[in-house]
Amino acid sequence: MKHRVVTSIILVFLLTTFASGQTKKWTPPRMADGHPDLQGFWTNNTYTPLERPRNVSKEFYTREEALELEKKAADEETEQTVPGTVADVHYDFTQFSLDRNQSAHALNLRTSMIVDPVDGKLPPLTAEGQKRAADRAELAKRVGRWDSAQSNDLDDRCIIFQGAGPPMLPQGYNSNYQIVQTPGYVMILFEMAHDTRIIPLDARPHVSRNIRQWTGDSRGHWEGDTLVIETTNFNGKNPLRGSSENLRVVERFTRVDADTIQYKFTVEDESTWTRPWTGEIPLRKTIGPLFEHACHEGNYGLYNTLVGARLEEKKAAEEAAKRGAQAR
Amino acid sequence: MGFEHSVNNSSINNMRRSLLFFFVLGSLFLFTAHAQTYRAPRTPDGKPNLGGVWQALNEAYWDIEGHAAAPGRVLALGAADAVTPGLGVVEGGAIPYLPEAAAKKKQNFENRLTLDPEIKCYLPGVPRATYMPQPFQIIQTAKHIMVIHQYATAVRTIYMDNQTEAPADSWMGWSNGRWEGETLVVDTTGFNDKTWFDRAGNFHSDALHVVERFTATDADHLNYEVTIEDPKVFSRPWKMSLPLYRRKEKNAQILEFRCVEFVEELIYGHLKKQTSK
Repeated sequence: MKHRVVTSIILVFLLTTFASGQTKKWTPPRMADGHPDLQGFWTNNTYTPLERPRNVSKEFYTREEALELEKKAADEETEQTVPGTVADVHYDFTQFSLDRNQSAHALNLRTSMIVDPVDGKLPPLTAEGQKRAADRAELAKRVGRWDSAQSNDLDDRCIIFQGAGPPMLPQGYNSNYQIVQTPGYVMILFEMAHDTRIIPLDARPHVSRNIRQWTGDSRGHWEGDTLVIETTNFNGKNPLRGSSENLRVVERFTRVDADTIQYKFTVEDESTWTRPWTGEIPLRKTIGPLFEHACHEGNYGLYNTLVGARLEEKKAAEEAAKRGAQAR
Repeated sequence: MGFEHSVNNSSINNMRRSLLFFFVLGSLFLFTAHAQTYRAPRTPDGKPNLGGVWQALNEAYWDIEGHAAAPGRVLALGAADAVTPGLGVVEGGAIPYLPEAAAKKKQNFENRLTLDPEIKCYLPGVPRATYMPQPFQIIQTAKHIMVIHQYATAVRTIYMDNQTEAPADSWMGWSNGRWEGETLVVDTTGFNDKTWFDRAGNFHSDALHVVERFTATDADHLNYEVTIEDPKVFSRPWKMSLPLYRRKEKNAQILEFRCVEFVEELIYGHLKKQTSK
C-alpha cells in the first residue's frame, strides 16, 4: 500500500514535470472573475535591507551565504534581550515570537530590496531633495525626541508604521498583512495600528489634488496576472527616505507559487531623487488571523517616557540650583 | 375513484371551495411576502451582496435614546457643538439599566468631555462605529467580511468560516457571521469595557454580547438591527434598529480620518518640555 502511494506520487510528479516542460509554470488559483486570487494572510518579514550593504557588491548571495547571514542576524536579535542587559527592559522578542527568525519569512537571496539602480542603492538626491534632507536634519537637532509627543517617531506615536506603505516595507516585527479581494476592490489590512488600504479596481480617477493623505490615494488594475496599484496624493508627512508629497508609488503583486507573492514597487519623486527606483521583496504566506493592534489606546510607552523625561529635567534643574546655592 | 364512493357531492364542492380559498390566501401571502423581502444582488458565492460605502443618517451618535437639542460640550464652539435632536434608535425608548449602572451612566454623561473615548480618538467599539457620523465600507467575500470605518481606521473582520472564540478582549470585539436568508447575522463578543455607545455616556461592561442583523431593504438601504446583552449592566437584552444609507456620490470612498494626531496635544500636551521663561 505504502509503495503504491509512493509510486503514484512519483508518477504524478514526473507527469507534471513533463507536462509543464522545463519552465514549470505555476498557475495561481483564480477568482470567479478569472483574476488571480491573492487573498489570505501574508508577511514581508525579512532580514534583507532596503539598500545593499557597503561591503557587498553582488546582487545575490548563495543559499549558504543567505542562511549564514540570517543565522547571524537572528542571534543578534536574540542577544538583544539577554536578561541583565539594557535591552531586556524592552520587549523580549524571543519570548513573544516577535523576532523575525521565529516567524514565517521567505528566504531571499537578494543582497538588497532595491533592484534598480543596479548598485542596490537609492539614486542621488536632487538639489531640492538635499535641501529638504538638510532642513529636516537641522530641525531634528533643535528638537529633542522626548520634548513632546509630536517630536517622537510616527510609530511611537501610533500614527502610522512603515509597513503600512505604500510601498509596504517590512519592519522589525508584525509585518503581517491580510488581503481580501472582490470583483471591484482589493483590501490590504496591515496588522500594526490596523491600517487598512482599500484599492478600487474600476479605473476611477484619483481624488482631488487637495486631498492629501498619509497613505495617499490608491488605484488598482490588472496587467495580465499582476495586480498593479498606483498611489499618489501623499501628504509628505511620512517621508519615505526623504520623499516629498509629490511621491508616486507603483506596486506590482504577482503570485509566483502557492506560498509567495512577488511584491515589486517603483518609487518616483522628481523633487527628491534624480531618477525613479525599484525594490522587490517576497510576501510569504503566513497563518492568520490578525489580531487588533490598538496601538494608540494602549500607548503607555509614549506617556511614561514623556513623564520620565520631565522628571529627569526637574531633577537636573534642582541639582543645578543646589550646586548654585553651594557655590554662593 | 374510491374517493367519490366515500364522500357525497356536496362535501366535494365544499372541499373545492376550501381549496380555492386556501389557494387565493396562499397566493396573497406569497405576494406580500415577496413585496416585503427584497432580494439583494448576489456575490460570486451566491450570498446577498452588502458591499458598498454606507452611513447612518441620524443623531444616535449623540445619544441612542430619544433626546432634545441641547448645548454642546465645549463653550467656545457654541451652536456648532450643540447636540442635534434625535428620535432615538432604542426599541421601546429606554435602555433597561440596572440601578447602579444607571447611576454610572449619569456620571459618564456629566464627565463626558473627559471620559468619552471618541474625544481621545480611541477605537469606537460596536455598534457605536456603525452610526458614527462618518462612512464605512463593507468588503464582502465568502470567508471574511471586512467592515472598514473611516473613523480612526477602525476595522472589523467578520469571520464567515474558521470561526473561533475571541482570543482576547479587544476594542472592536471578535465577530463571527452567518447568513439567515437575506440577512447577515453577526455575533460579536470579546469586548473590553472601555467603549461607549454614544456621546451621552451610554455604556457596557466586558460581558457585552452584540448580535447585529444587516438586511438590504432595497438597492441603497440596509436595515440594521442590534441586540445588546450585558447582564452586568442591563436588566434584560434590548434592541436598537436603524436604517443605513448607501453613499451615492459618484466614486464614494473612505478617506483617512487618522485622528491620533489631532488628540496628541489634548492627551500629552501637559507633558511637553517647558521652554525657559
